[in-house]
Amino acid sequence: MRLIVPLQGVVQGRGGLFVGSLIPCCLFYFLQLYLKRRRSPPPPDSDSTELPRTSSRSSLFTRGNSIGRVRVSSRAAPLAKPPDSPYYIGLERVKTDPYDRVTNRDGIIQLGLAESTLCFDLLQRWMSDNLMESLMIQSDVDGGFDVSSIAMYQPFEGLLEVRVAFADFMSRIMGGNVSFDPSNMVITAGGTPAVEVLAFCLADHGNAFLIPSPYYPGFDRDIKFRTGIELIPVHCRSSDNFTVTVSALEQSLSQARKRGSKVSGILFSNPSNPVGNILSRETLHAILSFAQEKNIHVISDEIFAGSVYGDKEFVSMAEVAASGDFDKSRVHIIYGLSKDLSLPGFRTGVIYSFHEDVVSAAKKLMRFCSMPVPVQRILISLLSDTRFIEEYMAAHRQRIRDKHFLFVEGLKQLGIPCAESGGGLYCWVDMSSLLTSYSEKGELELFEKLLSVAKINATPGTACYCIEPGWFRCCFTALADEDIPVIMERIKLLAESSTS
Amino acid sequence: MGLPLMINNDDNNNNKVELSRVAVSDTHGEDSPYFAGWKAYDENPYDESHNPSGVIQMGLAENQVSFDLLESYLEKKNPEGSLWESKGSCGFRENALFQDYHGLKTFRQAMASFMEKIRGGKARFDPDRIVLTAGATAANELLTFILANPNDALLVPTPYYPGFDRDLRWRTGVRIVPIHCDSSNHFQITPEALETAYETARDANIRVRGVLITNPSNPLGATVQKKALEDLLDFCVRKNIHLVSDEIYSGSVFHASEFTSVAEIVENIDDVSVKERVHIVYSLSKDLGLPGFRVGTIYSYNDNVVRTARRMSSFTLVSSQTQHMLASMLSDEEFTEKYIRINRERLRRRYETIVEGLKKEGIECLKGNAGLFCWMNLGFLLNTNTKEGELELWDVILKELKLNISPGSSCHCSEFGWFRVCFANMSEKTLKIALKRIHEFMDRRRKVLNC
Repeated sequence: MRLIVPLQGVVQGRGGLFVGSLIPCCLFYFLQLYLKRRRSPPPPDSDSTELPRTSSRSSLFTRGNSIGRVRVSSRAAPLAKPPDSPYYIGLERVKTDPYDRVTNRDGIIQLGLAESTLCFDLLQRWMSDNLMESLMIQSDVDGGFDVSSIAMYQPFEGLLEVRVAFADFMSRIMGGNVSFDPSNMVITAGGTPAVEVLAFCLADHGNAFLIPSPYYPGFDRDIKFRTGIELIPVHCRSSDNFTVTVSALEQSLSQARKRGSKVSGILFSNPSNPVGNILSRETLHAILSFAQEKNIHVISDEIFAGSVYGDKEFVSMAEVAASGDFDKSRVHIIYGLSKDLSLPGFRTGVIYSFHEDVVSAAKKLMRFCSMPVPVQRILISLLSDTRFIEEYMAAHRQRIRDKHFLFVEGLKQLGIPCAESGGGLYCWVDMSSLLTSYSEKGELELFEKLLSVAKINATPGTACYCIEPGWFRCCFTALADEDIPVIMERIKLLAESSTS
Repeated sequence: MGLPLMINNDDNNNNKVELSRVAVSDTHGEDSPYFAGWKAYDENPYDESHNPSGVIQMGLAENQVSFDLLESYLEKKNPEGSLWESKGSCGFRENALFQDYHGLKTFRQAMASFMEKIRGGKARFDPDRIVLTAGATAANELLTFILANPNDALLVPTPYYPGFDRDLRWRTGVRIVPIHCDSSNHFQITPEALETAYETARDANIRVRGVLITNPSNPLGATVQKKALEDLLDFCVRKNIHLVSDEIYSGSVFHASEFTSVAEIVENIDDVSVKERVHIVYSLSKDLGLPGFRVGTIYSYNDNVVRTARRMSSFTLVSSQTQHMLASMLSDEEFTEKYIRINRERLRRRYETIVEGLKKEGIECLKGNAGLFCWMNLGFLLNTNTKEGELELWDVILKELKLNISPGSSCHCSEFGWFRVCFANMSEKTLKIALKRIHEFMDRRRKVLNC
């Protein structure tokens, strides 16, 4: 548009030259417009500052004569659009018409959120007995309440006492054969920032993590959004009960390298999400050997470690790493209390790393997402109450086990099988018999029918990058026993209407 | 065969696994003097009874002057812990499960009302435009992610809070281009300085996305004049860029009438294309003395920014427990009115104590009217009028006087010899001891110069 300037000045200044200048001026204008449209979109605000009408009126400039709409960054733009993953779409739909067994029996039943309410009675009791004491810390000086104990700046990575409490707790719920050093730990405000901060420390923009699929849909947001790190699914199959194999890892890695992608690490959940299987010691060993050979990182998201109800024993990657055969500094663990202790609202996350530079960088990054001091005080008290924790964890496991049995049994009656699982708050259901076509399209059609006809929100395998169509994740730990027959009836009706 | 995987950043040890650029960079700035003084304090912290000759921390802008007001409110309104416990519609269950990035409506309403009160009702805040973050640090970083791409720039007037180098640049990859201000006009931002900064960026092929100011200013401890704000908004409109106003110290202005928020200016504007470039950052860490709670907010007049910031706040949510605890406190009209009034008064008195104490020693401060610190001029004590000269003096003050204060160079001040001195994170007694140490130092110096 720069060329317009001299001509326009002529047009404005000299009436006599008006006609003689007008035609070429218009031609220039249209030519510029044509060229501008043919170019790829210009950087958001670079053009606007060149427009002559602005500079010619700068002395008269007042509010109301602004140039154009100010833009956001290109990296923020995708976030402004509504999410398109069925995972989020399903969650949103439930909000429009949520099931309530008393007030809205025809509403949509939420099976898409991995949360447990099974042991709230125990937590509630603890909170009402202990909350005030854990917060209203007495002053040494006058015995009155000392607000500075919860109000003042504290180290962003968490008080030593809270890290000690977490280290102890994690060791106990992960089988007792692994110990965690509080100085390798940083505490943060949720599993979401924990994963993101760790990703920021281990890989650059454009690098990639291998991730066994199906995987938790939230990782797409948590990892990719701001870091620009790619996630490369490593497809697992029902024939292996969706357990990752080294050959699959090898294949994905070599394909990535051929594409020019730099793989910085492997990220996986154990217990896995959405399948719910527990990785054996041998599998963990194999993953770590592979990572060692390729000199990459291993991130083990163990956020469901305490929600194990099957017969298989849970082993933390930290335990395998400490076995002495490996360079531990490549191993990092994610944890939090949202699942095992049903406290997602509290925002609790843990990054545990054997690499001291990662711990050091993560500590500094905690200023952007640290856990509030009053919440730390509550957790110190809660996690150190070993008697309560033991009682709670035993009840938690038992109640998940019972609910799991009822749910899976109900589906079995309908001829719908589930993958074998021993952990997590969900089961991985094979609804392929209900598909009209054995394809992603068929699966998404079923997802929509489940939502709008059966009024059930279950997360389809496509959202989790599952390579086999027809699988759905169903979370059952926020259900009452009486909700289960309701669900089964609805699925039965849907199945019958599909076949008729 | 493909690219080799092992591109090590450590030549000596080929087996070490590689870390990211973010992890190994020093953009966190924790090796600068601003933070080095903190280490000295950590190693030998002053304590009234146990360590009276230790380092007095005057580098931390924390507000402890009104803790008693918080304590008496919490104890009085909290028989048997009822304040902490969930009651009514927000039972424990809801509290434990609630992780909606919209934030509790009651809490947002309370924040909006508190922000209005601080501005004497001269601006309205819509609770639906409030996005909650875990502290203002997170709010500033989040806004930067949203408003600018890597290698774009924000213009920031100097001197500025040293933490911005980290908060605005580290993970975002965005640059800061300084708007140089100087003492000739009390470090106020001028239209010429704005243009110069913009041109400097343009000449270096750097795209400017916005201006970020702190009002009241950190480290100056002074409010930005209304005219300067209007000129600033005009500048941003003309360049079609954003304006971020970090008003984290707005409740710490000694006389409420002396503060003009950018919200007041925008209040009377209907043109959306002007309004929607304005964003305000706030927090409870300074005004309410609750940095441990990690409560920050972005208030934006731009729907797109509100929506995007809300979604991005998943990475930095405020715990439901905190929101619940503070919602009733912030909506308690009687408490907030009293707190704001008394807090301002106490800060003003502290400010006067320190400024007068320094004046007796021949030390001048910038005329300030807000904040938890004063901006002290020790230029006349420098051996050389350089950054090295300033850091030499800073080192003497740290080692000999055992006072940790912040040198102007860490705030990118274009003049040497200025220091930020915090006064609200200690008792009055401790402040007097700090002044005494300064008196003794100046006394010694006068004796040396006279003989």
